[in-house]
Amino acid sequence: MSDQADSTTDNPEMTAYRYPDGSITYPGHPRGPGGEEPVGTVDLSEYTAEVVTWTTSTATPPGVRQPNHLTIVEFDVDGVPVRALGQLEEGNVDIGDTVEPVHVDELRDPEKGIREPESQDWDGFQFRPVE
Amino acid sequence: MDRVAIVGASMTPFGDREGEWLRDLLAEAGAECLDDAGVTADAVDHLYVSNMASGELEGQTGAPNMLAHDLAAQPAYTARIDQTSSSGGAGIYAAWQSVASEASEMTLLVGGEKMTHKTTGEATDVIASLTHPVEYKHGVTLPSFAGLTARLYLDEYDAPRESLGKVAVKNHENGVDNPKAQFRKAVDLETVLDSPIVADPLRLYDFCPITDGSAALLFCPESVAREITDEYVVVSGVAGATDTHVVHERTDPTTMRGVVESSDQAYEMADRDPEDVDFAELHDMFTILEFLQFEDLGFAEKGEGWKAIEEGRTERDGDLPINTSGGLKSKGHPLGASGVAQAVEVYEQLLGEAGDRQLDDPEIGLACNVGGFGNCVTTTILETPEAE
Repeated sequence: MSDQADSTTDNPEMTAYRYPDGSITYPGHPRGPGGEEPVGTVDLSEYTAEVVTWTTSTATPPGVRQPNHLTIVEFDVDGVPVRALGQLEEGNVDIGDTVEPVHVDELRDPEKGIREPESQDWDGFQFRPVE
Repeated sequence: MDRVAIVGASMTPFGDREGEWLRDLLAEAGAECLDDAGVTADAVDHLYVSNMASGELEGQTGAPNMLAHDLAAQPAYTARIDQTSSSGGAGIYAAWQSVASEASEMTLLVGGEKMTHKTTGEATDVIASLTHPVEYKHGVTLPSFAGLTARLYLDEYDAPRESLGKVAVKNHENGVDNPKAQFRKAVDLETVLDSPIVADPLRLYDFCPITDGSAALLFCPESVAREITDEYVVVSGVAGATDTHVVHERTDPTTMRGVVESSDQAYEMADRDPEDVDFAELHDMFTILEFLQFEDLGFAEKGEGWKAIEEGRTERDGDLPINTSGGLKSKGHPLGASGVAQAVEVYEQLLGEAGDRQLDDPEIGLACNVGGFGNCVTTTILETPEAE
């Protein structure tokens, strides 16, 4: 099972891992609760989520948009809660709002931060309110 | 088992130490600590350097060996302790282990960081590099985690925004009386609440500054301490713990499991309860962290930590003074030095050496050092030898 949570393909997925105890995490980990290996994946991009909290960061690092609207959201995958952090398209949400994932090819400029550009993916999912 | 004692402590002035680099800062604090204890470098068996990012920030690696040579402490065994912002607390744990295990009879711990030559954005990015790839690519920073958590805390527990501002006011007021603090300037609540937004709802004065500095402690068995001096404290409890690396995977973002777990273990080791603690140094990198740690250390029920500042309990004349040093907020936060400097403040308070900020005969003090956004934590309890 690869760790390509947000691989750039024609149909990018927001891949979470499911574990034997029924729990799901985003991102996935090689071992889950109880040290068990994951048993499957879930594409969170097919679900909507609820805003748990949000912030607008004005002091952003090199290569990051300014201001940077961020949120922690919670998906309900058939009764199993799964949380994720991501950028908001715009800072126009409140706690409890429903949002949907929207794929973005590049979330920050990989050439301008301290992290080695080749060490990770830079595409991913922002969130926007569901009309 | 012989208890582990601390027989020397020192701290450089914190702030913008222009023209001085990690090597200078570590040597300054290390030499002063040995002088404070009246111990020569050839007595040092182990030497630990707590540091997060000297390679990334300064292009200087190999700091422990560098310091050993500068202090003429070779052939002492050396090691670098990196646990991000809690490197200092982790260093205390390592130093305690070295003496308690009898691997070392004299261990010098020096924490330090050189940061102010970097822009705020560059320094913030170095610190944010501790995050998981799925966090980092969104441009998340430690201050933005604080904003996310503060909004949730205020919403869940119906706490007033002003209570966070009062933490900044209190810690700045304490910093006025700390001659080594980066900021020795009082601020009023209006100034705090009108300062620029950094991570909504948190503003500039809710955050600690970027800082250069170093701090040091000297550890030995209590039996050795008694031969050296009458002025020492004992490490009665110390423990470390971790929480999730990915912050959003926590069931309750307002609870820091690393604080809960490490303090439970430290209390058990010291045979103490939260009610026994006379004062504490908490990791107020952001004002919201003072509330979270206050609760997770057992000083208040969940969601009620903010009431302590409203009731004046955490003021210097309150029943549980918090951050008499000025905290990271006012004293400054040179990453690897901060956990060590917290213990330096506790040491000085217990020995009656805290000058104008001295408390009234405290016997038991606690330091809580947090790395990441609660990702890794060390809790340390120090006591006077005769504490009841």
